[in-house]
Amino acid sequence: MSNNEKHIHEPLFHITKRSDIVWWKAWLIRLAAIVAALFVCAVVIVTITDYNPLQVYKTMIEGSFGSERKIWILLQNLAMLLCISLAVTPAFKMKFWNLGAEGQVLIGGLASAACMFYIKDSMPNWLLLLVMLFASILGGVIWGIIPAFFKANWGTNESLFTLMMNYVAIQLVSFFIMLWVPSGSSVMGVINQVTGSGWMPDLFGKKYLFNILIVAVLTVIMFVYLKFSKQGYEISVVGESENTARYIGINVKKVIIRTMIISGAVCGLAGFLLVSGTNHTISKELAGGMGFTAIMVSWLAKFNPIVMVITSFLIVFLQRGASEIATAFRLNESVADILTGIIIFFIIGCEFFINYQINRRSKQKEAK
Amino acid sequence: MCVGSAAIELRGITKRFGNVVANSNVSLSVYGGEILSLLGENGSGKTTLMNMISGIYYPDEGQIFINGEEAVIRSPKDAFKYKIGMIHQHFKLIDVFSAAENVVLGLKEKGKYDIKTVSERVAEISEKYGFDINPDKKIYEMSVSEKQTVEIIKVLYRGADILILDEPTAVLTPQETQKLFTVLRKMREDGKAIIIITHKLHEVLSLSDRVAVLRKGEYIGTVETAKTDEAELTEMMVGKKIELNIERATPENPQDRLVVKNISCKNREGVNVLDEVSFTARSGEILGIAGIAGSGQRELLEAIAGLQHIDGGEIIYNNPKTGSADNLRDKTPLQIRELGVRLSFVPEDRLGMGLVGNMDIVDNMMLRSYRKGKSFFLERKAPKNLAETIIEQLEVVTPSAATPVRKLSGGNVQKVLVGREIAAAPTVLMAAYPVRGLDINSSYAIYNLLNQQKKNGVAVIFVGEDLDVLIELCDRIMVIGSGRVAGIVDGRTADKNKIGLMMTKTQGGNENEQ
Repeated sequence: MSNNEKHIHEPLFHITKRSDIVWWKAWLIRLAAIVAALFVCAVVIVTITDYNPLQVYKTMIEGSFGSERKIWILLQNLAMLLCISLAVTPAFKMKFWNLGAEGQVLIGGLASAACMFYIKDSMPNWLLLLVMLFASILGGVIWGIIPAFFKANWGTNESLFTLMMNYVAIQLVSFFIMLWVPSGSSVMGVINQVTGSGWMPDLFGKKYLFNILIVAVLTVIMFVYLKFSKQGYEISVVGESENTARYIGINVKKVIIRTMIISGAVCGLAGFLLVSGTNHTISKELAGGMGFTAIMVSWLAKFNPIVMVITSFLIVFLQRGASEIATAFRLNESVADILTGIIIFFIIGCEFFINYQINRRSKQKEAK
Repeated sequence: MCVGSAAIELRGITKRFGNVVANSNVSLSVYGGEILSLLGENGSGKTTLMNMISGIYYPDEGQIFINGEEAVIRSPKDAFKYKIGMIHQHFKLIDVFSAAENVVLGLKEKGKYDIKTVSERVAEISEKYGFDINPDKKIYEMSVSEKQTVEIIKVLYRGADILILDEPTAVLTPQETQKLFTVLRKMREDGKAIIIITHKLHEVLSLSDRVAVLRKGEYIGTVETAKTDEAELTEMMVGKKIELNIERATPENPQDRLVVKNISCKNREGVNVLDEVSFTARSGEILGIAGIAGSGQRELLEAIAGLQHIDGGEIIYNNPKTGSADNLRDKTPLQIRELGVRLSFVPEDRLGMGLVGNMDIVDNMMLRSYRKGKSFFLERKAPKNLAETIIEQLEVVTPSAATPVRKLSGGNVQKVLVGREIAAAPTVLMAAYPVRGLDINSSYAIYNLLNQQKKNGVAVIFVGEDLDVLIELCDRIMVIGSGRVAGIVDGRTADKNKIGLMMTKTQGGNENEQ
């Protein structure tokens, strides 16, 4: 061996960029990453809790698929996360770092809640729903268009801008809750509990089916819009290179503003679905961090709305599973978060192995 | 191991990027006290090979020997240890630092940081090899040639015995090139081993002792410069003999198509980048624009294309169809198009402006035409046909029309871009450095395309850097320096040295002229 070492100076491993990878190989790598993640999670579970990892995983799956109700909740959560992911996708594809989905959703939700609170049953429910939908979308659009306008005209930093707008939205929601709740409590109860005004109707007796169908249709529309429409093409060009966009005569300002109108509108819609179709109330935690999780969903899917169904399923499945473990084993929520963190780390990390290749020192030279 | 071994020797070097073999089994050696030219078309693997010597890449197979000892060069730091220094095409200097500060940057020397001693040593090196540099001058105040000098001194200061220069003359004027060559010859006398990468055959012949030729990643052979000529080298390089003459037809019935009158514009710092520029581009004619890089060529073309705001002057387009004369000043590219001006533009920055690297060929074809029709949706059929036509007619090497253009080689990228711009049936065609970085075959393909447009009555504006090409291709050549027109000469009677002088004359003035 020492004899060999004299002649071989090549490092054991070195990294090269892959030019192309077959799609099934990429998915094989992803699958391997999940398996590896589960293994690492098992080690963590055994060391800190003494539970049987397989039992824990089983509970995790049960958390998502254990009963019909759980499946519906999973689908509902999936639909909401997907909806917000769809909203941020055009912006991110344009390289407009919209970190304000959270606020845009909140404002949308607030607009819906306000309509429910003030209009009550003074108009037919279908009309109220339309008014709420319109108000929510308008709210989202306003929250989206402000940073876009400043970015387009004065080149302000949209990440900071959108982020700050989130806080404004949160404070607005707090303010209105204080205004609406007579006791001064900071928690708003269910609005129109008795009349059900402004509640999204059940479809075939299923509570969330309406939400899910709307998001499903939206997914297809967004896919077609980005891939086959002229506006979608302009978004891609502006995102890839502003210089090219200028060169071929695209009005970059217009595209930025138009795209953020779309992004904000879909966020507003998500707010409407959350208030009218899910919670029937409003709170500061309406979006619950989904505005940020959505960014991950969108990037992981490389901005493809159809693939985003899978990535958002993955995230929601992990979250549901984690909270199930926490209750079933009376574990601290943090343990569940650690497990989710490990799995997401592996999933994102495996992209490295999809883009790069690790070469081992070749065998034949070792023989020399 | 033994006396008289090569300063650096490569044995069986192979490097792959994915499926592409950049270097395959390359073996060559350079001795101290000699200049080796590394010659090859674009994509022949010259830069990759040199990057492996300087520690940027690691070879997949093969060995490198330095003075007879096998060497492992895993990083630029290792390369430095073996006294190898590379001068890259793109300078890696810090603008706000002085020459001396840049020279010692990143160097861990024992003792106190003493910039004075450094300056003295820099001056010492300068004197030894005949550089002309002020060690205390800041980089941002320097000309391109001075910056290059700093890069060279940087590696000499680190004690390099093996110097690699990647296309060092690409950014220099003929006069500056001669100065560089004098310096390199002095280094040779001093016993340094020098490898110079270049495309320009006459430089190879005038400077180097031996020439190593690569073709498509393979090592073809090394010849002694004294025993070879341009024809042989070209043949080694491309594998078959090609005519060096560029065709030039007499313009037929030239008419004033684009009249530029006294245009001026300032850059962000308020410096005049264009200063009262006036010229006329005629149909059926190729107008060349010569000048040192950054003399206002880009701003001039972008002003005409509606991408650059101008402070004064006008740009008049004589429409051959309607006979009207339109002023294009302060119009956006879209407005210019809507006026019926058929203006095509091949920008200098191909993948950053002319094309979108991550999009496939079909989607890149649409850039110009996607707005056509009232439909909300894109129409991909016509662009697809266009892509296929261009691939076939211009012999673009690509797996398919659905391949992202960034994966194509430089020449093929350019064919896609020029092909698209020509397909728009222009009356004015502007091309900025259309053959930069292209191999000889692709360059000629581009010249032919431009000539064809000229015969079709298009007013062609060609911004070039190789004076030989400009003189052979263009009917008239406008020379610009520091944003001013230094003169317009007839391409048929132009003299290379005279143009070179015109390029530098206006540039000097207040700056230090060498």
